[in-house]
Amino acid sequence: MPPPVYRGHFGKPQAERLLWRAGFGPRPGEAERLARLGLDGAVRSLTHPKRERLHGPRPHDGDGRSLAPYDRWGHDQLWWLDRMVRTSRPLAERMALVWHDWFATSREGVDSARLMLRQNQLFRRQGLGSFAEMLAAVTKDPAMLIWLSGTENTRWSPNENYARELMELFTLGAGRGYTERDVRQQARALTGWRNDWSRNLGPVRFRFDKERHDTGVKTIFGHRGRYDWRDSGRLCVHHRLHPSFFVTKLWSYFVPVPPKASTKRSLERLYVRSGHEIRPVVEAILRHPALYEGPRMVKPPVVYLAGLLRSLKRGVDTDSWTWLLSLAGQQLFYPPNVAGWDDTRWLDTATYRARWIIASYAIRPHVLDSGKAKLPYDANKLLHRAEAFLGEPSLTAHTHAELKHFAKRALSDAHSSWKKEQYPALVENALRQLLASSPDLQTC
Amino acid sequence: MADSCHHCDEFSRATLVRKAAAEAGRGLPAIEPGMPMPAGTGLDRRTFVTGTLGLALSVYGLGKLGLFEEGIAQAASGPAKPVLVSVFLPGGTDSLSVLYPALDDTYRKLRPKLALDASAGPQFTEDTRLYWHPSLKPLATLHGEKKVTVLPAVGYTHPDQSHFTSRHFWEVGATDARLASGWMGRYLDRVGGKDNPLQGLSLDYQLQPSLASTKVPVASLASPNDYTFWAPGVWGEVEDRMLAALRPLGARRSDPILNQAAKAAAQSDRLRRQLVPFAAGSEKGFGSPVAYPDVDDGFPKQLAGLAAMLAANLPLRCIAITAPGAYDTHSEQPQALAEGLDITARSLLAFQRDLEARGLADRVLTLVWSEFGRRAEENGSDGTDHGAAGSAFLIGTRVRGQMIGEFPGLKNLDEDGNLRPTSDFRGLYSALLEQWLGADAGGIIPNARSFARPALLA
Repeated sequence: MPPPVYRGHFGKPQAERLLWRAGFGPRPGEAERLARLGLDGAVRSLTHPKRERLHGPRPHDGDGRSLAPYDRWGHDQLWWLDRMVRTSRPLAERMALVWHDWFATSREGVDSARLMLRQNQLFRRQGLGSFAEMLAAVTKDPAMLIWLSGTENTRWSPNENYARELMELFTLGAGRGYTERDVRQQARALTGWRNDWSRNLGPVRFRFDKERHDTGVKTIFGHRGRYDWRDSGRLCVHHRLHPSFFVTKLWSYFVPVPPKASTKRSLERLYVRSGHEIRPVVEAILRHPALYEGPRMVKPPVVYLAGLLRSLKRGVDTDSWTWLLSLAGQQLFYPPNVAGWDDTRWLDTATYRARWIIASYAIRPHVLDSGKAKLPYDANKLLHRAEAFLGEPSLTAHTHAELKHFAKRALSDAHSSWKKEQYPALVENALRQLLASSPDLQTC
Repeated sequence: MADSCHHCDEFSRATLVRKAAAEAGRGLPAIEPGMPMPAGTGLDRRTFVTGTLGLALSVYGLGKLGLFEEGIAQAASGPAKPVLVSVFLPGGTDSLSVLYPALDDTYRKLRPKLALDASAGPQFTEDTRLYWHPSLKPLATLHGEKKVTVLPAVGYTHPDQSHFTSRHFWEVGATDARLASGWMGRYLDRVGGKDNPLQGLSLDYQLQPSLASTKVPVASLASPNDYTFWAPGVWGEVEDRMLAALRPLGARRSDPILNQAAKAAAQSDRLRRQLVPFAAGSEKGFGSPVAYPDVDDGFPKQLAGLAAMLAANLPLRCIAITAPGAYDTHSEQPQALAEGLDITARSLLAFQRDLEARGLADRVLTLVWSEFGRRAEENGSDGTDHGAAGSAFLIGTRVRGQMIGEFPGLKNLDEDGNLRPTSDFRGLYSALLEQWLGADAGGIIPNARSFARPALLA
């Protein structure tokens, strides 16, 4: 049985949800356009996009300088944020974010923007291809080799760091189908990588050195052989417990409740039959009824921010986003630990306030001057304007009613004539802030 | 208050912008265009700031309860509850430097480069083989006043040497990797209220895991003075209305995840209301009656803010905060350890003196802990690797001031060459719950019955 497919109405709200889950939300009008393609066409346009084009103003920092992602602190994050905002292939960037979390590598340990961005390109390029090939590429990726001690792992003194996480976090799950002995044997198979150190560039010349590799026989998952780093990943991908780990983890990035057993089984079959390809599994998840009929998801902070900028047609033009993202709990290239970000804990009183500030920074360039702006003294019209300003996001009836209620009451405070003239602009500014930071816009 | 609130928000907002800019390493920016001044106040920047500070001070002088909403006021007006402050030293503090056996031959043999001399630090009066780290003189002073209880080797059997795992154990109060709620969070679930996020306060940019609750709200904020909500081009009555709209926007929703977001909004709103009197308090040290260390780090200011919040009778119960310093000293240990312990200990002494001056000291107990100690033998790079049993302290006027568990000595290290624990953190937590917080540890600490309780209070 193939995985079930959503057969309900595919209108603007569904297209909007799809764009948020598989990307960074719609630009103004984009959800309506996507809805016209129908579910299959919409999903296909995301998973098989045309050549990438970047829409919108070129990025620069707060001083008007072009971004220098290798050299200036924070510019690596701004560079990626810009791609999320301007790309015509949002799923490729969203998958890069998924893999950044899955193979959580931190600049904290790698200490090189150059290597972090090289890994980022790998995730962008191969994010929808073969998982087996991606795993092989990650295993020898320089940032990963530094992060999980791959180049310190030699036949004379094996280091288990990567071997353990390879199974626990990347392919099988904690305690699923491997033993401490497998960890040690995997570590032996993974020996051989090395690099040099340059005073200017830091770690350079990553390469496999036969001298450092343990060529002896290893026993991994009960198989015996003179295994090396390629075999190490291959054995994991072909492990009987890998497909269930893979589809469940991948699913969790798109749908907040675990898949039913039957869905899980059919996704596993799909994955194995495709030869461990990522794209068909993602396609099946994006077409699944649970995505459209199930509960909402909390937008990760960077998704929230990139989406806000997309809806405002604003480019990356300030460095403030770097510290605001870290205040909101998601500093790109700095996942909190090897397990990545905790998607169940995005919102607390500190991070909610950070999102409020993100919203205020996002809308600020368009702030209305109450001394000049001429706006109607009419709560309904002001709310319509605020919604249009933010790209007409779908709102729950409750939020819509509360915003209108606020606007009415705030306007009713205006007793004197100067207040009647000035308050509509103040109310409009406040409506934009409240709308952008409303619970509705924190979730999708 | 409604009229003046706008000023506080503006002022804090400027502070926030300055702080944020400093964080990004760009120095301090000018006041931004677009940051509105209230129309017709006629205040220039300087008088505005001074005016705001005056306002803050007058706020402190006001009757306290009148400022808060009903629910909070209710929580605050009950009998004063005991308060527990948890201070985490991140990275695994070297307990063999915190209290070091200066004259022990084995110590000098294991620590040829790092061993400290007897002349460097004050002698520990309860076990004269031991000496306080020179940076911990403030704790030695408090110990002399019977206000510090030392746990020289606290831990658990089958120690885990991963920062992540061992800290997790301490945070959740059990050696259980899957337990997701914090030990103080579960306590608050038992005794806390559903409308008071301040009962569990993480003084941090995010929630400290030990406070993670499952039923009642808890809060995190970096500092009580900058928890404000500002919007560009909104002021006066409209701003008051805007802030008032946060609460209905945070009302209960049927979609469970939308409801999470609504809850975050509602709790943030409640917290904001609770903290209105502190919106501009930090520049004057929160009206602290004592001087806190004047350092770059936010820790002393956070403690000063905490004391001010307690003095204002805000309904706080459990507070968690991370101490300054980097204690994962695999290399360059002497300098790193001395710096971190110095700011931490001086700040804790100031906090204690502040509480005493404000007449709050009998209500507050501070627990200082780290995820583990470090290897007895030093490594080759002026540092030490991860160990097992570590040191912890209880600070307050009510503690017994007698050590819990003895110093285990260096003759009987475990198979990894680490100190063996002479007390268990779960027994410590159970005792804190029962003797200090007046709760039954049974439903809060798994297997609570199996751990011996040390006597904590005088």
